[in-house]
Amino acid sequence: MIYEVFRQEREGQPFQHGGSLDAPNLAFAEAYARELYGRRDESFALWIVPREAVDEVRDPYVADVFDRDYRRVDGYSLKVKLKEARERAGTAGAGHAAPLQGGP
Amino acid sequence: MSAEALLALADDELILGWRNSEWTGIAPFLEEDVAFSSIAQTEIGHARAWYELAAKELGTNADSLAFDREPDEYRCAPFVELRFVPDWAQTIARHWLYETADAIRIQALMHSDDPEVAGLAEKIDREEAYHRMHADMWADRLREEARFRGAVDDLWPYALGVLEPDQRDRLCNVVGRAAVEPVERGAHTEELTPLWEEMTMVRRSVPGASW
Repeated sequence: MIYEVFRQEREGQPFQHGGSLDAPNLAFAEAYARELYGRRDESFALWIVPREAVDEVRDPYVADVFDRDYRRVDGYSLKVKLKEARERAGTAGAGHAAPLQGGP
Repeated sequence: MSAEALLALADDELILGWRNSEWTGIAPFLEEDVAFSSIAQTEIGHARAWYELAAKELGTNADSLAFDREPDEYRCAPFVELRFVPDWAQTIARHWLYETADAIRIQALMHSDDPEVAGLAEKIDREEAYHRMHADMWADRLREEARFRGAVDDLWPYALGVLEPDQRDRLCNVVGRAAVEPVERGAHTEELTPLWEEMTMVRRSVPGASW
């Protein structure tokens, strides 16, 4: 039976997938996981999950039908907006601090 | 604690560790290969620690005690000398019986009057806890298998011989078996010399070299 092992490197950190192992039952899986992912003090804690208990979702992307770029953090370009604002203020190319200190 | 008694302990751990290491690369599946090899390695580490204590009393060093003696000078129990590859049932039967017996011995050493011995026993026990967990889980898994039960029957007199006479009743209780005539420490099986020849081969190839 295949088990997936998740490692928490330090207390409080998120668990991340470490790898998988083959074991006849959970007791063996635990012993082997300790050996493979814990022996060098590289993990604070482990999650050991039978692979069949993991619900895999394939192709989870739902295509945008309408243009809703603004809902995404990458949909709003600060760089472009800032350039436009500087041009309006007549301070293009004057450096980052210019619009704050010396206005028109 | 006498050097003789320290050597008995160290030799048991070295020879058993060496025997278990024979499974490296050929264990029944990969995860077990890693786990059993790691157990073999920690047994050899424990041997080293006991040899170092003995070496202080004898005015020598751990390597010399491990590799420069003749086969008949080793103090290990015949139990650890037996070669079982490729029989996994016998291997696990010995692993489980040895770890169960060793737990009784370590427990006694943890209460030794010698603080160095007690401290080392306590350190070793922390790693042995993992060995016992591994041995117990395998014994549980194979308990109903005829080959495993047969192997435990065959090895029981050998397992008793690992312990001092006053510790044997406890082993009988833990394992749930009646006392039988033990295979005592002192004589060696025919299997020790070929093991010794291989184990010391490199060291003997350049006598006195500093590695």
